[in-house]
Amino acid sequence: MQSAVEVRDLTVAYRENPVLWDVDLDVMPGTLMAIVGPNGAGKTTLIKAILGLIKPAAGRIRILGKPYQKVASSVGYVPQRGSVDWDFPTSVMDVVLMGLYGRLGWIRRPGQSEHQVAISALKKVEMDDYSDRQISQLSGGQQQRVFLARALVQDADVYLMDEPLQGVDATTEHAIIEILHSLRSSGKTVLVVHHDLQTVTSYFDEVLLLNIRRIVSGPVSEVFTDENLRHTYGGRVAIIKNPA
Amino acid sequence: MEQFFNDYTLRTVVLGATILGGVSGVLGTFVVLRQQSLLGDAVSHAAFPGIGITFILTGSKVPLILMVGAGISGWLATAVILLITTHSRIKYDTALGLILSVFFGVGLVLMTFIQKSPNANQAGLDSFLFGQVASLVVQDVITMTVMGAIALVIVLLFWKEFKLLAFDREFAHSLVLPVRGLDFGLTTLVVIAIIIGLQTVGVVLMSAMIIAPAVAARQWTDRLGVMTILAMCMGALSGAGGVIFSISAPNLPTGPIIVMCATAIVGISLTAAPHRGILWQWIRRSLQNRKLRSEAVLMDLFDLARTHDSLEYPHMERALRVIYPQTGTLRRQLSRLEGKGLVSKKENGAWALTPSGVQLCHRLVNERIQ
Amino acid sequence: MSQFQLEIQLVASVVAAVCALPGAFLILRKMAMMSDAISHAILPGIVIAFFLTESLSSPLLIMGGALTGLLTVALVEWLRKTNLVREDAAIGLVFSTLFAIGIIMIAQFARDVHLDTDAVLLGELAFVPFDRLIIAGRDIGPQALYSSGSVGLLCAGFITLFYKELKLSTFDSALATTLGFIPGVLHYLLMGFVSMTAVAAFDAVGSVLVIALMIGPPASAYLLTNRLSRMLIYSVLLAIIAAITGYWLAYLLNASIAGCMAVMVGVQFGILFCIAPQQGLLSTRARQRNQRWQFAIKMLVIHLMQHENTPEAVQECRIDHLQDHLEWEEAFAEGVISRAASQKLLRTVGETLELTPSGRQLAQEAIVHI
Repeated sequence: MQSAVEVRDLTVAYRENPVLWDVDLDVMPGTLMAIVGPNGAGKTTLIKAILGLIKPAAGRIRILGKPYQKVASSVGYVPQRGSVDWDFPTSVMDVVLMGLYGRLGWIRRPGQSEHQVAISALKKVEMDDYSDRQISQLSGGQQQRVFLARALVQDADVYLMDEPLQGVDATTEHAIIEILHSLRSSGKTVLVVHHDLQTVTSYFDEVLLLNIRRIVSGPVSEVFTDENLRHTYGGRVAIIKNPA
Repeated sequence: MEQFFNDYTLRTVVLGATILGGVSGVLGTFVVLRQQSLLGDAVSHAAFPGIGITFILTGSKVPLILMVGAGISGWLATAVILLITTHSRIKYDTALGLILSVFFGVGLVLMTFIQKSPNANQAGLDSFLFGQVASLVVQDVITMTVMGAIALVIVLLFWKEFKLLAFDREFAHSLVLPVRGLDFGLTTLVVIAIIIGLQTVGVVLMSAMIIAPAVAARQWTDRLGVMTILAMCMGALSGAGGVIFSISAPNLPTGPIIVMCATAIVGISLTAAPHRGILWQWIRRSLQNRKLRSEAVLMDLFDLARTHDSLEYPHMERALRVIYPQTGTLRRQLSRLEGKGLVSKKENGAWALTPSGVQLCHRLVNERIQ
Repeated sequence: MSQFQLEIQLVASVVAAVCALPGAFLILRKMAMMSDAISHAILPGIVIAFFLTESLSSPLLIMGGALTGLLTVALVEWLRKTNLVREDAAIGLVFSTLFAIGIIMIAQFARDVHLDTDAVLLGELAFVPFDRLIIAGRDIGPQALYSSGSVGLLCAGFITLFYKELKLSTFDSALATTLGFIPGVLHYLLMGFVSMTAVAAFDAVGSVLVIALMIGPPASAYLLTNRLSRMLIYSVLLAIIAAITGYWLAYLLNASIAGCMAVMVGVQFGILFCIAPQQGLLSTRARQRNQRWQFAIKMLVIHLMQHENTPEAVQECRIDHLQDHLEWEEAFAEGVISRAASQKLLRTVGETLELTPSGRQLAQEAIVHI
């Protein structure tokens, strides 16, 4: 069976310090996987490398068997909430429509049908009443839902989400998890950078424990063990020394 | 002065300044939202040597030709800034200041060099420093209009791409939009706006024309489209207003007056704009405080009454524990609450919650728990 | 060399050295653009003081300018705190407005005051020796020398006295606050010195080129050393070199001295940007290239080790696998293999690679350090 996401020998370095080292990963279609690891473990870097936002020093990444550039329209992305300026003068609807820009192509503006798609995505995240709101008037959880809606309209096969549950209220957390589960049951592949170890077992099927290197990955029930966690988090490990 | 401007010239000049204001307002919107205001300043200063070099090379004073030189030089400056920050430990702000001042220094050297050379044609080049609207002729205005129109059409065509670039660059990247190309395009458009302004306000004050209308417009709206149109109008208004104002009295330099008009619009917007303006914020804050103060009194009555059988149990004023320096404030809060029908005064002067007051208290308690 | 020339060079050197001192802290605190803001914004203060004293180097002028400078800093801070304007836009707005006011004042007083816009931008270094300081009937040298010299001494005294505090608040302002160093006060003091320096230098080099002198030499020095004390010394030395070479360049070209000093600041930076021993482009490139090979070799040996004695080893350790999975270019992969082979870290057996004992040792060491 074709992997949804296939990462081989991926090494990423800032200057000459490795942020990811020789990481291998296979994610089968229909998997809901958490990426877990301490700060600076390279979780965000892994997501960005898969999306082609960062050029790796070495390694091969394939999504649905193809390089990212070829399948970009089948990949949805939810960046960290803090990565944008929420005081930007735009509405919830506008942000969600941005998910369709790739499909729209140059110059064409979003029309009636695009608005329909956006509204139904907003309904899924229970934000349809807010479509005209300016984004700075939203709470953290609402902002996160808007980002999720933007990814939903991409109607992708593979979703990459960077800390979608960071700093959201309990209601939003449940709403998001419900959506993640429904994505999985419709055969989508979802990779989620996750920080809360308590909830990994109940929310996700598979987990990747990452700390610059891949510690282990596989079904939560098998690999999410105390020993592996100690291995991932225990004894803060130094980054490889510069040869110079 | 007035003899100089017969009606026809006046119209030309006003038109020129209007176009400048409009175009820089539109592009300034993106500059300000992308937090690149100081880059605009650097680029406009850095455009200066381009004028000198072009003059030395071609001997021409045709604005269009000089503008091309200015554009190349301004654009080169952004490239050098990028080069420095990506290939050394020098930070962005340092690179910006360094390139701004060194390029400008080169421009001044060229200018003094030209002034001292025996070239009869050299007069008037330094008008690019602070601008000299009086030197605008119809041909210049036509050039400015064409360039401005091209810039605006490009913004309109790539509207949604530029919007996404300004809001969430990484997401744009993930949609495989050519972000570097878009960056380049937007920077080029800003350079165009700057060279349109060279003759009118000059290189030194040009950055104000980029920043001010956008900052002012931002206060009145939460929509990018509206903000862009408002910035265009405000820029155009400052341009036209500045010219007309500056000829109304002697010895008023046009460029700085245009900038002052733009700043005045910023001042008004920051103070008076609904929702965001300082005045508005202040009113909202005092209303909020007032509400909190009366809620505190209400909750106090509620807490006291809870120790009794009935939540509507009356209490004397002095029993209320809210610490107010003056009893007058407490009394005012109570009568305000009474006016809203939340409390009522008994015959003995004691205060009690009304049923709707009790209801509100329950709601407040719930809110606070959440 | 006449005494006249000597005096100009002396004044130029002192001015440049004085600018470099606060400039070093500006670039380390990532506030280089405050020099842009302050040097423009002091203009109205200077014009008013000049109108009162008729001299460009009186202490009153320096005080006036310094106050305007602090006003700028406070205004920017206040605008930023309203949350209506971002810091970069606030800086751009405040200084261009104040500068425009200054220019308008000059135009208004033009008939009464000998101060023109050329002087504002160019400075009048060539005329500096004409303005003598005469005490008790004795001519003791150009006045500018004493005014900028005394600001410099004050500034040097300030830095020596508060060296520890400045250093800490520059590199770790949070820690400085917990230790009770009040970075806010230090910040305003520093900004006061930036303003005073800008005024003192204004007479000689004008308002824009002050930025070059404040940022350029410290930026160059930053490429040469990691230590603050050395950086300060190097900045001063580089500033003096730029001043003197700039003077002679101006002499050769018959152009603006201040402009030429800025050009030399740029040239200096350009040279050091390329050839600085540790931070220069050439050495970082060479180091990076070397590191890239070392890094790649480590990756290769670790990769080989991890797949040693595993079923997929035949696949994973093949030479053509490297191109496939590590996505190394063929030439790069060959380079890595041949370098690793020449260091006796691995050997090729037919189509596959095999670690030598020393290769295995390197891999084990490297993997521990990850």
